[in-house]
Amino acid sequence: MANHDTEKKLITFRVKRFDPDGGERKRYTQEYKIEVMKGQSVLDCLNEIRWKQDGSLTFRRSCKSGICGSCAMTINGVNRLACETQVLALGSSTITVEPLKGFAVIKDLAVDIDPMVEKLLAVKPYLITKTPPPSDAERIQSPAERARLDGLYECILCGACTSSCPSFWADERYLGPHAFLKAYRFIADSRDDAPGEHLDALDDKHGLWRCHTIFNCVEACPKSLNPTKAIEALRRELVKEKIG
Amino acid sequence: MTPIDPETIHDVEGVPLHSVHRHDVVVVGAGLAAMRAAVEAAKDYDVAVVSKVFPTRSHSGAAQGGIAASLANEEEDHWEWHMFDTVKGSDYLGDQDGIEILVREAPVVVREFEHMGAPFSRTPDGRIAQRLFGGHTKNFGKGGPILRACYAADRTGHALLHTLYENCVKEGVRFYPEFYVLGLIVRDDVCSGVVAWDVVNGGVHVFHAKAVMFGTGGHARIFRIASISLSSTGDGPAMALRAGIPLEDMEFLQFHPTGLYIHGILVSEAARGEGGYLVNDAGERFMKKYAPDKMELAPRDVVSRAMQREIDEGRGIGGKDFIHLDLRHLGKDKIMTQLPQIHELAWKFMHVDCVTNPIPIQPTAHYSMGGIPTDNDCQVLADGKAKKVAGFYAAGECACVSVHGANRLGTNSLLEASLFGRRAGKSIVRFLRTEPALPDLPADAAKEAIEEIDGILSATGSEKTGAIRAEMQQQMTANCAVYRNGCNLEQLRAEVASLRERYGRIRIDDKGKTFNMDLIDALELGRMLDVTEIMVASALNRTESRGGHSRTDFPKRDDANWLKHTLAHRKNGAVAFDYKPVVITRFQPQERKY
Repeated sequence: MANHDTEKKLITFRVKRFDPDGGERKRYTQEYKIEVMKGQSVLDCLNEIRWKQDGSLTFRRSCKSGICGSCAMTINGVNRLACETQVLALGSSTITVEPLKGFAVIKDLAVDIDPMVEKLLAVKPYLITKTPPPSDAERIQSPAERARLDGLYECILCGACTSSCPSFWADERYLGPHAFLKAYRFIADSRDDAPGEHLDALDDKHGLWRCHTIFNCVEACPKSLNPTKAIEALRRELVKEKIG
Repeated sequence: MTPIDPETIHDVEGVPLHSVHRHDVVVVGAGLAAMRAAVEAAKDYDVAVVSKVFPTRSHSGAAQGGIAASLANEEEDHWEWHMFDTVKGSDYLGDQDGIEILVREAPVVVREFEHMGAPFSRTPDGRIAQRLFGGHTKNFGKGGPILRACYAADRTGHALLHTLYENCVKEGVRFYPEFYVLGLIVRDDVCSGVVAWDVVNGGVHVFHAKAVMFGTGGHARIFRIASISLSSTGDGPAMALRAGIPLEDMEFLQFHPTGLYIHGILVSEAARGEGGYLVNDAGERFMKKYAPDKMELAPRDVVSRAMQREIDEGRGIGGKDFIHLDLRHLGKDKIMTQLPQIHELAWKFMHVDCVTNPIPIQPTAHYSMGGIPTDNDCQVLADGKAKKVAGFYAAGECACVSVHGANRLGTNSLLEASLFGRRAGKSIVRFLRTEPALPDLPADAAKEAIEEIDGILSATGSEKTGAIRAEMQQQMTANCAVYRNGCNLEQLRAEVASLRERYGRIRIDDKGKTFNMDLIDALELGRMLDVTEIMVASALNRTESRGGHSRTDFPKRDDANWLKHTLAHRKNGAVAFDYKPVVITRFQPQERKY
């Protein structure tokens, strides 16, 4: 029996490139061919291309284990983390790799995430409390209260959700699902005393009401989180806040 | 007299004025140590965080299992027990004055994280939940494993890293993300800042400060099989070394027992803390031969050696170089609530559902015990012993206080990074309260950095950095891993010298200024080679086995000759050694059994 674990398959990577200093050849698609083994991720292949074929191919990467959020990109049309996307599991011999849509491209697959960070900061993404904590103990939070943070606190800020959102494509000032998820992570926290402060930035024409519940963000999230659910909950909070 | 053209006036030769930044404090790195220091100092002073990655990309976020503190939320515990375990875990090389600070202040540091908003898992009565971890025991090692590791499911590092980023935002810390720091500005043992490369736009910048703090992380990326990020390249220790500061105990690097096979990706020790088994090809829980009492919950050096022995003697799974981590008996509910990320990682990277199948694992290069020598207030020591570098601090994995000695216990790293990061912040605040003058910036402060950048961009050699790095990593994993011996280390030393020589003949493909990762790769490789040279020389020099350093030609611990810290530096093109004694206060060295 052939050892299928070590069998290699020739895969073509079609990478959408952008060279800011490149004159005529500024935007182009480049093909790289590489032998891929079972277990190799898209990031492994991009690294191999960079290290062996073309050192100028540019992308962000760090932890290579799906937790740092650096390597989100569009792979065969879907936003994913390159490090946890197994090449052979994609089942195609040609793989297209593009930068995240909706963000300005700096170079090749590296995009400008500054606008995403600005919007994150708009929701005051930190715990706000009005009473001092106990001096020699933690604040008490029941397991049920803590469970409300599951599906919210795990966000790795990779940008895959916001980049997949049609509302964000149409309105560059739209806050984006990542910011909503973060806002709700604090509003849902039993220890937070100022839901209104997190909500302030959301009640705006570039805010919550612009979400058309298309669920792209849910599909795009590599951590299986649900920003749309957070948006629905935030809308209820906002209405509650308004009615008093 | 020639009139002066204002355009030519520079504080620093070769750096435009708008690229010279001034802050009270410049923190390099953005992991737990760095951002904890930043939060502390930002309450009173102007703090900048300069990091080669966006802050939440830092590798602290990959830590899974927990952070140790004797909170006694789940069962009786005392800092004295935690201290004994840490001292014994360090194979008696940890400095006991530093360890006492670590374990006594731990509860405060963990509770402060909770107050900042960290989403810890909770006990039924709403307190911070705690779990078992290797090497943490009751009653000075005489009792069984103890519930001491405070956790947020198996995403503790992620939870703490994001909490610190959020609190830095709240405190108004100024971030400079994606700036690669090239070197320290130190003259006559006074530090006045750092020189950095703007990765996104290109260009050399100078950060001028009264205090510089390094929290730059570890260097295990010099190995092929490694759990750690591609960014963990030892930049901080290499920069200290280039500034003439020795590195301490660099021979000690921890191999984590449970790395995903081939990938090296971390599978938390929490998997064993929650009850997971390690089994060999015969289905045997082999730890009973090596640590009959603590079994899978022996410290990491002990477990990694046992696994490597099983593999070397042909008892790996199918005779291959991996072992099985078996979680099946824990059941789906426990796996999904306590170890959700492990389940996700095993599925995504190995296509293994750990509810129904064991996970293939092998030891993986994980944590750097050695690093930049500091005192207990995190001030860097110019000679590794007593002489301080004014205005220069370090904490976390890049530093060596030393609280981990020859082997770190699981969950003591998040603790050490946060706790000594906090102490560094407090030290800096004390220093700044004395109202020190901003030290003068030497006119040639950026000279070496500019020459290094220009040299790499214009190099016309024939060597590829990718090939040199792959060779270095391969050699280190083959000859400087769990077991080492003098003969292999001698060959390795020659090999590293030849790699350093090849590094002098590189050429990179990308000559541009904007987001040039080819350039960053080359810079990182240069620093990794510096660190590698020191580690190999230190491993060859220490002719005993202790903690993470295991010499098959010197299999016993040798307290008579080696109960001391190594201080290694470069002198006239070679590695030179000095030593300093271990601080022993409460616990005398004894035989280490589990």
